Amino acid sequence: MDFEEAEAKNLLRQAGIPVPPGELCRDADSAAAAVGRLGRSAVKAQVPSGKRGRTGGIRLVDDPEQARSAARAILGMDIAGTRVERLLVEKCASIAQELYAAVLNDAATRAPMILFSTAGGMDIEEIAAQKPGSMVRIPVDIARGPALSGKLDEDVADLVSRLYSLYLQTDAELLEVNPLVRLQGGGLLALDCKLSVDDAALFRQPALAGKGAREKLTDLERRGRGLGLKYIELPGDVGVLANGAGLTMTTMDVIEHCGGAPANFLEIGGDAYTKAEGALGLVLANPRVKSIIINFCGAFARTDVMAGGVIEAWEKLKPGLPVFFSVHGTGEEEAVELIKQRLKMEPYDRMEDAVRAAVEAAK
Amino acid sequence: MIVRAADRVVVQGMTGRQGSFWTEKMLAYGTRIVGGVNPKRAGQTHVGVPVFASVRDAAQKLGGADVSVMFIPPAAALAAAEDAIGAGVRLLVVLTEHIPAHDVMRMHAAAAAAGCRIVGPNTAGLVTPGEAFVGIMPAFNPRVFRPGKIGVISRSGSLGTLVCLNLVDAGYGQSAFIGIGGDPMLGTTVTDALRALEADERTAAIVLVGEIGGTMEEDATEIIRTLRKPVVSFIAGRASPPGKKMGHAGAIVMGSRGSYASKRRALESAGVRVVDTPAAVAGAL
Repeated sequence: MDFEEAEAKNLLRQAGIPVPPGELCRDADSAAAAVGRLGRSAVKAQVPSGKRGRTGGIRLVDDPEQARSAARAILGMDIAGTRVERLLVEKCASIAQELYAAVLNDAATRAPMILFSTAGGMDIEEIAAQKPGSMVRIPVDIARGPALSGKLDEDVADLVSRLYSLYLQTDAELLEVNPLVRLQGGGLLALDCKLSVDDAALFRQPALAGKGAREKLTDLERRGRGLGLKYIELPGDVGVLANGAGLTMTTMDVIEHCGGAPANFLEIGGDAYTKAEGALGLVLANPRVKSIIINFCGAFARTDVMAGGVIEAWEKLKPGLPVFFSVHGTGEEEAVELIKQRLKMEPYDRMEDAVRAAVEAAK
Repeated sequence: MIVRAADRVVVQGMTGRQGSFWTEKMLAYGTRIVGGVNPKRAGQTHVGVPVFASVRDAAQKLGGADVSVMFIPPAAALAAAEDAIGAGVRLLVVLTEHIPAHDVMRMHAAAAAAGCRIVGPNTAGLVTPGEAFVGIMPAFNPRVFRPGKIGVISRSGSLGTLVCLNLVDAGYGQSAFIGIGGDPMLGTTVTDALRALEADERTAAIVLVGEIGGTMEEDATEIIRTLRKPVVSFIAGRASPPGKKMGHAGAIVMGSRGSYASKRRALESAGVRVVDTPAAVAGAL
């Protein structure tokens, strides 16, 4: 779950990391009033995406009139698919130097990693490409905490250790301050902040769970979320229902290999294998779907339970669409028997053949 | 990480619905299950297996345990893993999906300090056909598994099952199936599994079932260049859009990182035969 800058900065402030004085605004009048109080400010679109500056989502203003017109221009903008509804108006700082600091989950070391660079302002890929020498990487032993002394200036080390504590406290996947600025009068200030919290940890982060940015979902994806299903809408016309992430991706791959295009990703593996009925309804709710491939290869997921759910849904919904099955693994014999008796259909032995038939039927 | 008939296995969460179902399957297959764990039912017997309060307790009373497998929900997974690691198991199979990432990192740190190997999280487990299996794979289905010479490494349980089924269909059997898991931070990587299969005398060739996300397949090319045994690979996710988690927490393409094209190019440059469909795997061996 991603967080907007203003939410992330509230957390920074609570963690004792200095952020500029600012106000969250929803319209041009309040933005103008805020600048009246703060003086020269930055008006910043609140969307959970980087690159706001490059898309015109951040403007510097000197007075309330400029703030009003900047706010009018930014509110309602579309930035990376999200409509801007809120602005953060923040007092400008006198910057001596731009720095970069982050803590993230590092897959390679299977441990937290602290990143620091004196080339702030650019994104991390740009720093890695253009100024790799400026990047300090500090792997952290999560059982002991970070060892920063001698690696960073004292005030930076203090700020980074606060950042690390906040990263632990929020179950963050990424907590990034960029730029972190050194002020002309001395001292550090977090000018921008990105926070992404681990979805798997939201159950123990009740205070954060309601404050994250709304995910960009289609109506069908939102319906899938409500059913507890992993559904992703795609532009093609062959509906997909399979169990397990690997098998579902592979079903999509074979559809493309046979010259077709998948209409969705939908997997009912793991604990979701009992949800086949709702899942089929979801596949059918997409009006672009012209044929359906149902591909089960049960390990943990019992194919007889999944086939039973599909048949229930099929008999209720009576869709007039061609459907093709391939079923193997745990519960296979019972599943095949169910499909034969109730749907009068013969599953294909090879999934490639079932997929090819579904692709042909969609043409 | 190749499970053997002699390995003493403890099942954490054995008395639950899934724990019971799969413990009976493992026992019937020949896996040497010496104990189960449920603190509320310590001292009892369940599916013919003694129940202990903890893995530590089981290991102490049984004179040691080699492997522990966890049927434990995400919120309790870290404490369960710490128990197993503290008990001195050599191998810990973590089936649980959706464990908070910070807990996963703590697990890996504890395992590394104790010299314990974690397989997973979010793995379907390990199978040594004709000998033993640990996890939630249909090892007992003779259309999917039979003893042979092919070592299979897979991030996915369902797709790994399909590939094993295709191998048996084509007349091959497996020396070992190593499910490494669908999480982004795994205790056992593709490289680790390749090393184990290269060293395994019964394995003549290796099938690598990869998927998009992360850089494990790319990282493995270094070791692949040094292997004596041939490697054939299928990578899932060619048709998946970037920026979306495709079911597995680890299966996400970010920018060019973790993409299908990057993995295929890297593996092919190391001499791996990468095929377009799961059915083509056997033909490439």
